[in-house]
Amino acid sequence: MSSTVVSQTVPAVKETPRSKPRLLRNPWRHPWFLESFTWLYLIWSLAPIAIAVLFSFNKGKSQATYQGLTWRWYWGDKVNSIWHNPQLHSAMFETLKLSAYTTLIAVPIGVAFALGINRWRGFLPSSFNFIMILSFVVPELIFGVAMFFVFTKMPGLRTVGLGNWAEVLGLVTWNVSWPAIIVQGRLVTIGRQYEEASADLGCTQFQTMRRVMLPLLTPAIFASAILVFSGVIDDFVIVDLLSSNASNTPMSVIIYSTQHGGNGGPALNALATVMLVLSFLVAGLGFLGYRIMTRGQRIDGQQALTAIAGAEG
Amino acid sequence: MATQAPPGPPASPPPTPAAPGTGAAGRPRRQSKPYRPNQWFWFVLAAPGMIWLLILFVVPFYAMLAIGEGKLDRQTESPVAVYNPFTWSSANFTNVWRDLFGSGAFVGEIAWRTIWYVVVASLLSLVIAYPAAYFVARFAGRRKGVFLVLLIAPFWISYMMRMLAWIDLLQTNGYINKVLSFIGLGSPDWLGGHWYTVVLGLVYGYIPYLILVLYAGLDRIDPSLIEAGRDLGLGRATTFIRVTLPLSRQPILTGMLITVLPMLGDYYTNQLLSGAPNTSMIGNLIEGQLSTPSAGQGAILSLIVLLVLLVPMLYYVVQTNRASQAAS
Repeated sequence: MSSTVVSQTVPAVKETPRSKPRLLRNPWRHPWFLESFTWLYLIWSLAPIAIAVLFSFNKGKSQATYQGLTWRWYWGDKVNSIWHNPQLHSAMFETLKLSAYTTLIAVPIGVAFALGINRWRGFLPSSFNFIMILSFVVPELIFGVAMFFVFTKMPGLRTVGLGNWAEVLGLVTWNVSWPAIIVQGRLVTIGRQYEEASADLGCTQFQTMRRVMLPLLTPAIFASAILVFSGVIDDFVIVDLLSSNASNTPMSVIIYSTQHGGNGGPALNALATVMLVLSFLVAGLGFLGYRIMTRGQRIDGQQALTAIAGAEG
Repeated sequence: MATQAPPGPPASPPPTPAAPGTGAAGRPRRQSKPYRPNQWFWFVLAAPGMIWLLILFVVPFYAMLAIGEGKLDRQTESPVAVYNPFTWSSANFTNVWRDLFGSGAFVGEIAWRTIWYVVVASLLSLVIAYPAAYFVARFAGRRKGVFLVLLIAPFWISYMMRMLAWIDLLQTNGYINKVLSFIGLGSPDWLGGHWYTVVLGLVYGYIPYLILVLYAGLDRIDPSLIEAGRDLGLGRATTFIRVTLPLSRQPILTGMLITVLPMLGDYYTNQLLSGAPNTSMIGNLIEGQLSTPSAGQGAILSLIVLLVLLVPMLYYVVQTNRASQAAS
């Protein structure tokens, strides 16, 4: 389309320099430099991951030299494989448990919060909206430190103590802004017509929410659940500060503390690979689910991709 | 509570001023009146989230303040929180202030190092991320889906996995050094406590978040604006500077915030990639003091960081609010 516009205008502009080399003359030529830069970036960002995955299948104990393929670090090794090492083994299930609990608590609270705050006008809702967005941008370490003090020093909440509960409470607070922000964004694009129409047709407010708004919001709620679940898999700071012993330490913290303690080995790569597969599974399910839920709407695959990564809506 | 106070937004008039009595025969027909939702309903919906945020987000920061302004229990060697502002002590604050700006100010040095790392790493991220995001948003054409998957993939890969990947590559006998020594550049000790390794780690770790924001912003730019610039005789570079760049100011600022804020609280990247004290950042100082008698100073330090970051954070909040209001 654009090229036709150009070909129409070029004859009119007489002073177009004819002497320029062909390559420089086409104003819509393909940006080869940008494309190669992008490919270089992609290689730089993904090749190290591929190599790390490869090392998880390494025959030897090295994380630096490739010595052949084996399942040793997954379950072959009776002591050090992630299946047989009790710490690594429990870390996998701890991560899944934390993700599930956090998603189950944070998503309903966040969605209800978004619905209430977005439609209710006044000083109170806007200040709580402000606090919610603040919780989205505050550096995780600062928030984690505050949580640490609450669960170790604060009368009342101190009884919770560090461990599973503290981790879930901290993670929910940290992640509740995902559903709250995404659902609010969707509410703004939906507008008020549907609510007004349903009220006009005699629905109570509750029926409107249940039968009209909730179905309209399903893709957004689903996308936020995917984000929360995968966000907890990847979370490090909060769980690092709020875990108390090996039984409630998830994968990310195990990888950090073991590697930092100088005991790294291909088993850690194997654990990280499990995390990777888990995250990609969640992302894949999220993508498929989002496509199915938005069937019939004008949403293409690219929009679905960015939606489940939290960059849309 | 304050629920009755706001009279609600001027609810738009009902779409159809339905004449009374036009319902199905026999059914009690509701009189059509302006849609005025009960404000209490919104309150009940929002209440769980509000209470949650109050107890587990607002109160914790007060607890942090109380620890920071509290005192030290000499017996147990542990800090004690003081919740009454009238009995606050400024001992921790004085100590931190002295460490920051006094004569033997070791914290000041760490603070400057943190700022320096974060500035270099975030600018480097922007320089790398912008062209890639720009290419995928504008020129990828039919291959956009593939590029987008590859661009977003690191977003789904755990931070620790990505650090682990570089630890593997940067070992003294790792692949990077094998390539370097093959072309005769020797084999440097990358993981032995160097600022450039830490900055590389920060760039690599946080760039996926930045690139996502940039892509989403650049993808929203209407291509006809750029075409118009070109049709009106601007060159490639001028169009970029005069049209594309001003339009991407907002995504750049948001993206930088989203990378800079967590980078300032980072304490794990440098631990994994260097571990040496000469690369420690503010985050290490705060985290390292948590379970020690000087936890109170850690709390004060956290609050100072928070205070410094308040302006950019408020900027982000205001922008987010404005964006949602503009859309409605």
